[in-house]
Amino acid sequence: MTITVRALLGACAVTALGCAVSAETITVATVNNGDMIRMQGLMEDFNAKHPDITVEWVTLEENVLRQKVTTDIATKGGQFDVLTIGTYEVPIWGKQGWLLSLNDLPAEWDAADLLPAIAGGLTVDGNLYAAPFYGESSMVMYRTDLMEKAGLTMPEAPTWADIKAAAAAMTDKDNEIYGICLRGKAGWGENMAFLTAMSNSFGAKWFDEAWTPQFDQQPWKDTLAFYLDLMTNYGPPGASNNGFNENLALFQSGKCGMWIDATVAASFVTGKDSTVAEHVGFALAPDNGLGKRGNWLWAWSLAIPAGTQKEAAAKTFVAWATSKEYLALVAAKEGWANVPPGTRASLYANPEYQTVPFAKMTLDSINSADPTHPTVDPVPYVGVQFVAIPEFQGLGTAVGQQLSAALAGTMTADEALAAAQALTVTEMTKAGYIK
Amino acid sequence: MARKTTQTRKALTTVAAWSIGFLIFFPILWTVLMSFHSEGDAIKGPFAMLASPWTFESYGEVQHRSNYALHFWNSVVISFGSTLAALVIAIPAAWAMAFVPGRRTKDLLMWMLSTKMMPSVGVLIPMYLMFRDFGLLDTRSGLVAVLTLINLPIVVWMLYTYFKEIPGEILEAARMDGASLRSEILHVLTPMAVPGIASTVLLNVILAWNEAFWTLQLTTSDAAPLTQFIASYSSPEGLFYAKLSAASTMAIAPILILGWFSQKQLVRGLTFGAVK
Amino acid sequence: MATKASRTAARAMVSPAVILLLGWMIVPLAMTLYFSFLRYNLLNPTQGGFAGFDNYYYFLTNPAFFQALTNTLTLVLGVLVITVFGGIGLALLLDQPIWGQGVVRVLVIAPFFVMPTVSALVWKNMFMNPVNGMFAHMAKAMGLQPYDFLAHAPLASIIVIVAWQWLPFSTLILLTALQSLDREQQEAAEMDGASVFNRFVYLTVPHLTRAVTVVILIQTIFLLSVFAEILVTTNGGPGTASTNISYLVYAQSLLNYDVGGGSAGGIIAVILANIVAFFVMRMIGKNLDA
Repeated sequence: MTITVRALLGACAVTALGCAVSAETITVATVNNGDMIRMQGLMEDFNAKHPDITVEWVTLEENVLRQKVTTDIATKGGQFDVLTIGTYEVPIWGKQGWLLSLNDLPAEWDAADLLPAIAGGLTVDGNLYAAPFYGESSMVMYRTDLMEKAGLTMPEAPTWADIKAAAAAMTDKDNEIYGICLRGKAGWGENMAFLTAMSNSFGAKWFDEAWTPQFDQQPWKDTLAFYLDLMTNYGPPGASNNGFNENLALFQSGKCGMWIDATVAASFVTGKDSTVAEHVGFALAPDNGLGKRGNWLWAWSLAIPAGTQKEAAAKTFVAWATSKEYLALVAAKEGWANVPPGTRASLYANPEYQTVPFAKMTLDSINSADPTHPTVDPVPYVGVQFVAIPEFQGLGTAVGQQLSAALAGTMTADEALAAAQALTVTEMTKAGYIK
Repeated sequence: MARKTTQTRKALTTVAAWSIGFLIFFPILWTVLMSFHSEGDAIKGPFAMLASPWTFESYGEVQHRSNYALHFWNSVVISFGSTLAALVIAIPAAWAMAFVPGRRTKDLLMWMLSTKMMPSVGVLIPMYLMFRDFGLLDTRSGLVAVLTLINLPIVVWMLYTYFKEIPGEILEAARMDGASLRSEILHVLTPMAVPGIASTVLLNVILAWNEAFWTLQLTTSDAAPLTQFIASYSSPEGLFYAKLSAASTMAIAPILILGWFSQKQLVRGLTFGAVK
Repeated sequence: MATKASRTAARAMVSPAVILLLGWMIVPLAMTLYFSFLRYNLLNPTQGGFAGFDNYYYFLTNPAFFQALTNTLTLVLGVLVITVFGGIGLALLLDQPIWGQGVVRVLVIAPFFVMPTVSALVWKNMFMNPVNGMFAHMAKAMGLQPYDFLAHAPLASIIVIVAWQWLPFSTLILLTALQSLDREQQEAAEMDGASVFNRFVYLTVPHLTRAVTVVILIQTIFLLSVFAEILVTTNGGPGTASTNISYLVYAQSLLNYDVGGGSAGGIIAVILANIVAFFVMRMIGKNLDA
């Protein structure tokens, strides 16, 4: 026993040097979304091109992933070589110097091809700190058959009044058809992503230019009242626990008339698991005539933590996963509809991709979002469905809990907004924004 | 006549006991059943699901996506390793407390138990920093150390209650015969305490296997046990009931089977000195 | 009986366990205590410095704190009530002569082996989900409106889930205690014409006291820090309806990344746990002669 162990250790010591050169292992943390799972299935291509790099995947549910990755990077734990993070984290972490600049990726990777709205959200002071893997905005997905039955047509750029009328016409609770499904589950990336984006189109904002929280103002009251009215009258039961997934399952099984959510959902609702794939139409997120639409902007992106020992291998992997060739690879293996969307202009210029039913609406939605001027009035922050300050994760989730309670009916809308205002004032005072 | 009533009564109690047993077990049974159906069928409702074709596709997918063998092995190493380490530290302590009780023994025991009431989340950041500095992040030895300490109080207490039930006269007799302390423990005490030690091991393996906070926070890939395996199947995009069921079944099956086979020993161990 | 030598030996044998546990308790606790007086946000390294008692002030004046406190107690008491009474009932039932006792016992103890995360996921998705869950399907089959358990009765739902996990534990301990009950005494009482009820009250109940005490002690230790079940099912919501102290500390330190505030919360949680421990230990001390 001991001899074997010692022999093994000896062998290790001898080959250690050779090992380091011939095979480098990088650890990639990623979220368990469909496009990432698909990438894990296509690793053969990467392994064939780069036999010297072994990729070890850590695939986790979004909340667990975010928390682990954040803890690790903030304490410089160094457990990961490539991180999957979003538009919210990149500017904050980039500014802290926690991420490596990706400006030096090879020329054939073609940074100029990235959609400007997406690339802009990942760039700080001229440095691109993450490579977008897929980008998304939000839009209206609706059931063409139900609209037809109700004798309505969906405008390409609807107003909130149009949405309400359509929801009322399609709701048929006896047959378990709910006019509209929206996020209600508490979380800054769940109900607050939707509600913050929605509030922009109502003229609301999180903070005024002096960082004073604005939940006690009329626009937020209007936003919440409209949302609660829609959801209690035309929404599914249990909406206060529905996030992206729950709504997706509802829509796929034919229980929603409309669903306003991430553009990536389009490939799921028209895909093989969907019972309503034939009858899905798309429209821009609604507005209220105030000049802002209620759509957000997000990109799941690959970033490399500063301090990784395996910079070169990590960059090679990131360049491969976010390249034009990878898009072509997915198209060849799984069809154009399954290509990670929303990152490259060349994809949308491709005539083959243009035949995908949701391609144009996705691009239009992404292009209509403006993270640097998200609201009707000027604000001191960047971000459409979030506020790009470190405190927002906690704040957004805490506010989300109050608004979720209003949806569940355990609080009134006014109580929820008053609680949200109070806790935001406390947090912002504590963090030193409010003097 | 009397015989008949007892038979009827036995039949009735049997029916009642089986029904309740079935109800308690049902969530597990249902998870296993669901894992053998396709995603689309899994959400159709109970009868429609059972009527739909059976398939192994979820298991195939889980097997394809995750390195189950690695997670399983990590769980085995971590849970058994931490239990054995705790045992090594706890046996002398419990022996001393049981046979040479001092004025403070009881307080000491209670204090040990009270360390378990400390909320783990409160000390995560300090622990993470220490693990980083000692290079223990994502190592099995790091996790073994943490879980040893977490379970130590329970191990000490369980062993203590057994040792106390061993009559002191036997030890006195051994001592008269000139047995040393070491041989007293080794040859007299240990054989008598074996059933107790066995059940302590079982209970603590179960607790360590199911520990889901530290195992998730302090590992990433190499040392990640089954708790992390589960975390990659909870609420992804799209339908996930069948895959979650398959992953859950794979995560709980080993410990469930171990528990069932050794339930006699376990039951004896779960008394915590409650029987007198 | 104990000589001086054996006392020294005993001390030597106890000390590794004591030193390790002391270290395990004191080192992280000292660090937590230190952090709790700092302005320390993981995501904002530019902010820093001594915070005085600010972190404690904010944690204690957080409106969620009081609710978390009552939720923690409700959760512990709720689960204890269900598992103690349910456990006594089940143990009495399983103690009767029945066919297939071994199999029934296997069925009953099964939930104890299930990981808390798994059981929470299973209950949340496969049973309590108001659209695709088993209960919703049953309600619909009976023509009823599905009830949204996790939105309208979040704390009660979590109590049910946790109680399901702990019922086997209490049942087993109580069953073992019942089986050690003196049969002869029972039969003698029966001969003397004592009713079933009287036999239960005067013989069984006193015999079970000790076992119940053990159940309460062990479960309280684990129930005070229930966390995974809440994280998976409700995230402490809606609002803060199902937030307990552990979850509140988690929200502070890992959602806000406010290490200072989270540490202050951690210290407060430790103090509260010790208060509970004190009472439980007093209670146990009377029943358990160590």
